[in-house]
Amino acid sequence: MQTDIEQKIRQFITDNFLFREDRAALSDTESLLDAGVIDSTGVLELVAFLETEFGLAVDDADIVPENLDSISSIAGYIKGKTA
Amino acid sequence: MRVEQFLEDSSRQFPEKIAVVAGDRRLTFREIDDASDRLAAALRRHGVMRGDRVVVFMDNRWEAVVGIFAVLKAGAVFSPINPTTKADKLAYMLKNCRAAAVITLAPLLPVARDAMAEAPSVKLAVVVGATGRPAVPGGIRFEDALTDPGAVPSDVAGIDLDLAMLIYTSGSTGVPKGVMMTHQNVVAAATSITTYLENTPDDIILNVLPISFDYGLYQVLMAMRVGATLVLEKSFAFPQAILNRIAAENVTGFPLVPTMAAILLQMKDLKPGAYPHIRYITNTAAALPPAHIMRLQELFPRTRLYSMYGVTECKRCTYLPPEQLARRPGSVGVAIPGTEAYVVDDAGQRVLPGTVGELVIRGPHVMQGYWENPEATDRALRRVAFLTEKLLHTGDLFRADEEGFLYFVARKDDIIKTRGEKVSPKEIENVLYALAGVREAAVIGVPDPILGMAIKAVVVSTNAVMREQDVIRHCAKHLEEFMIPKFVEFRDALPKTDSGKISRRLIDAQPLEAAK
Repeated sequence: MQTDIEQKIRQFITDNFLFREDRAALSDTESLLDAGVIDSTGVLELVAFLETEFGLAVDDADIVPENLDSISSIAGYIKGKTA
Repeated sequence: MRVEQFLEDSSRQFPEKIAVVAGDRRLTFREIDDASDRLAAALRRHGVMRGDRVVVFMDNRWEAVVGIFAVLKAGAVFSPINPTTKADKLAYMLKNCRAAAVITLAPLLPVARDAMAEAPSVKLAVVVGATGRPAVPGGIRFEDALTDPGAVPSDVAGIDLDLAMLIYTSGSTGVPKGVMMTHQNVVAAATSITTYLENTPDDIILNVLPISFDYGLYQVLMAMRVGATLVLEKSFAFPQAILNRIAAENVTGFPLVPTMAAILLQMKDLKPGAYPHIRYITNTAAALPPAHIMRLQELFPRTRLYSMYGVTECKRCTYLPPEQLARRPGSVGVAIPGTEAYVVDDAGQRVLPGTVGELVIRGPHVMQGYWENPEATDRALRRVAFLTEKLLHTGDLFRADEEGFLYFVARKDDIIKTRGEKVSPKEIENVLYALAGVREAAVIGVPDPILGMAIKAVVVSTNAVMREQDVIRHCAKHLEEFMIPKFVEFRDALPKTDSGKISRRLIDAQPLEAAK
């Protein structure tokens, strides 16, 4: 289950953002913001993806780096919301 | 008056007051003033002379504030450059202004180093956060420069007619132009703007706009001028994190661009009146739709909203006094204090209210011209009858209402405004043509609820397997983030004018036949 969530997130990021950076790999814990992978419109796209893909409502208060700034933090957030 | 006196005066008046908050660092006016004195001395010791150009290639951080003031204190001219700029464009700007030094940070050093390799004028690189000696010719650590015992402060700065900064701006030719601003220009603009915003030392201004962008840069300069506190943030990617910061710091001033306003208005849980301490919000770079203005005012009922308009060539042209907002939400107002703004026809005659013409600007904030580009300068700054100075032609079409309030109509050229930044289609097209297989390329803006305009590349490719991602990846290697196309459309041919030139306007008019 856990790897499934992380794979889906990684796939989304790779398809939508990572190709811009021309990088082979992004570690699960790397900051998407610091790595230049994601910006303000990217975060909106990510939130829309999480809401559709995992059928949950992301509150504004949840859209903070602690929840959404790396693949593992996003996965942790999803697991917390869907548990 | 010179710009560095903003900081020196505030440091004398409020030495222990917090000047800059960045991340978990809080620095007083005295600390910023002392650090910039020491960095100025180090710049001089390493060969930076009066009038030399020094590029500040950094994101929003306290070291950038110190860097900017240090360059001025050394009598030199700073040029702030967007940290997402790629090496080839940075090299162009370094060569164009024959920069003597670069102030940057360790993660950007690979880009800076590649650019410096092509720019022999650069003899010094001051690097923030390097472990050990920076791996670049002429590299020194920023941190060492601040503690260098051999660097002795001296009074060398200069007079207020000296150039203070060069701000590179997109031109319709696709080649960036350096807008030359003297200390007098900057002091005049900062004084006028802080006057109508009624800034005081009690203000706490949160700036998330890049300081490479003049709107972001002036937040730094104006805060130092009035002795206000500046909270620097790097990104609006997590708007809730910024709102939390606004609450924690009791922020009173919050500059926006329309993209940020659109993101705020998308937030589901933002409650009206939740941030009563925000005294004012400003918007510029592109007009806010009146519906967004009304909703912003509902969310921030105690906040004064300023709709403004400007061009880099004079920093700011107009502002709408907030009490006029309900009456004329579509207007960007009147000339800023101490300046004049009016609409002329092609013959240079003032037009009647309601008639569309080009906006022209007079005032002490008008630039001196574009760096070593007399042709472009002559197009923008023109000698006209009865004026002792040259008149700035903005290239923007405006009209005025019966009471003289101004309304933006359109650009005269094809420049695209996206995320509040000006983008030259030509610059992106030049990059597209460098991609193997691209036979024809045109770049247009398409309306976007968040970005204002989104950038779209329309490409004719001889490479049948070229995909949208290939084009975007190529652009990302050569262009700043805000210039990377959001959409790519492949076509069999592009429409041409009678003279055979690709016509961006005809592309706009054609029905979409996207073949993804």
